[in-house]
Amino acid sequence: MDSLLKVEDVSIQFGGLKAVSDFSLDLRSRELVGLIGPNGAGKTTVFNILTGVYLPQTGTILYRDRYERLIHLEGLSPNKITQLGLARTFQNIRLFSNLTVLENVLVSHHFRIQYNWLEAVFRLPRFWQEETRIKEQSLELLEIFGMANLAHQRASQLPYGQQRKLEIVRALATQPRLLLLDEPAAGMNPQETRQLMELIQFIRERFHLTILLIEHDMSLVMGICERILVLDYGRILAEGRPEEVRTNPEVIRAYLGEVSGA
Amino acid sequence: MKTSQKFFLLFGLVFAFLVVFSILVYFRILDRYFSRLLLWGAIQSIIAISLNLITGFTGQLSLGQAGFVGLGAYTTAILTTQGWPFLFALLPSLAIAGLAGFLVGWPSLRLRGDYLAIMTLGFGEIIRSLIINLPDLTGGASGFKDIPGFHPDGDLNRLFLFLGIFISFFLVLFLVVNLIRSSYGRAIISVREDEIAARSMGVDIQLVKIGAFTLSALIAGWGGALQAPFLNYLAPSSYDFLKSVDFVVIIVLGGMGSITGTILAAFGLTYLQEWLRFLGDYRMVIYPLLMILMMLFRPQGLMGGREWTLETFIRKKISDSKVGNHG
Repeated sequence: MDSLLKVEDVSIQFGGLKAVSDFSLDLRSRELVGLIGPNGAGKTTVFNILTGVYLPQTGTILYRDRYERLIHLEGLSPNKITQLGLARTFQNIRLFSNLTVLENVLVSHHFRIQYNWLEAVFRLPRFWQEETRIKEQSLELLEIFGMANLAHQRASQLPYGQQRKLEIVRALATQPRLLLLDEPAAGMNPQETRQLMELIQFIRERFHLTILLIEHDMSLVMGICERILVLDYGRILAEGRPEEVRTNPEVIRAYLGEVSGA
Repeated sequence: MKTSQKFFLLFGLVFAFLVVFSILVYFRILDRYFSRLLLWGAIQSIIAISLNLITGFTGQLSLGQAGFVGLGAYTTAILTTQGWPFLFALLPSLAIAGLAGFLVGWPSLRLRGDYLAIMTLGFGEIIRSLIINLPDLTGGASGFKDIPGFHPDGDLNRLFLFLGIFISFFLVLFLVVNLIRSSYGRAIISVREDEIAARSMGVDIQLVKIGAFTLSALIAGWGGALQAPFLNYLAPSSYDFLKSVDFVVIIVLGGMGSITGTILAAFGLTYLQEWLRFLGDYRMVIYPLLMILMMLFRPQGLMGGREWTLETFIRKKISDSKVGNHG
């Protein structure tokens, strides 16, 4: 099997704190992998390293791009990494609040826009063609998520669940191959979480995605992930299929604490 | 309404405005005082729009905008006194101001918020000190005198000034509005809204910031270049920190991220200063008072982030006439 992303022995230290140490991960194409762990285990830090926000102090990140080239991601800027096909959502929602829902999605098309700024200023034909094209594409995507009717609302006016969904739509609009979801179900009720699970399965099929997700909701993680990585104190504690991880004594200890005298 | 129709309607309106006011100005139907204020308002608008581009839309607070204006003004003054025609002097003025913006844009990649503001403030002060300390070139602290206008003949000069300033005004408007309402504009606004998210959506925020700084400085320099032939005399005090703050006041009152608000506030404040002359020095109290009231009751500025467009008026007109028909 082809691996899409191969992370080897990545470590990062903030001051005296080893946030992530010797993290390795081999993501095969079209896999759905969960990253779990107690609060402060370093999960979001891993995402920030993968997306170029932090530069790891050691280790390598190799990514196989659309043209089968192997590319080192460490040291690349976040926007460059997104352009290569890694997109992410944020744990604490980071929408462009004062833009409309549609405009939020349109921003994701900017890096591959086919007109230059002079063509925009003088409103040349290419400008109109491109604007029509990306608007249609964005509306189509919003339609899939049942949000096309909200296209002209301001993002900040959306209810919380819809804002979470818009985060995913916006990431998908960059046309990624690897999608990183940072706690997509945070703050959702059980019913919304169930719908989200179906949605994640659906977009994975529809857009041929590889997905890595961080989640605290165990029903979601156990329900859809094929493989789970457990992180604790910046180290990989366990790795395997959901049922293996669930019964792993180390994992139970990390989450629930040691049973004294046992 | 179709886009082409809208374009021709707008173009027609601008053309009609230029023709009508050319006649009013040339034949002195508008009194001299009023037309001076009109032109000064337009120049202030151009500079305020440039500041709104970098601060209102890109979200990078610049407290050194008067520095860019000064670069444009003094370059034009120096070149036109040496006999260069204005249009030829304009190009190097824009280039120098734009280059300064590009250079100031670089540190902006690493600086945020207050730190960036202090840095731009420092830049503005550097320009002012340069103006004062290069007396051979700039006239130093006593100012740059006898800058030629557009034409030796008074009436024609007035007409050319009007055309030059208002054509510039409409060109700047055209440039900024069309840029903002494109993918480039959305990228610019996304940087203001959330840099981290913008980067993660593939927006090259370094390019956006440097580009916005360069364009903003270039437009500010354009405003400055128009001041030289309009005022015929430049003083270094017109390009100090307090002048930069004046433009911040304009965009705060007009609404950050609103072009129409900026124009309203730029003309409004230009006239207000004159209307309040009967109060003598007390008018200086009105200005900050206005600011305090504004912050208390309408902190988002006159227009908030919104715009008046052609559609706003036409739709209103249509709905009015519909109401009329039913009644």
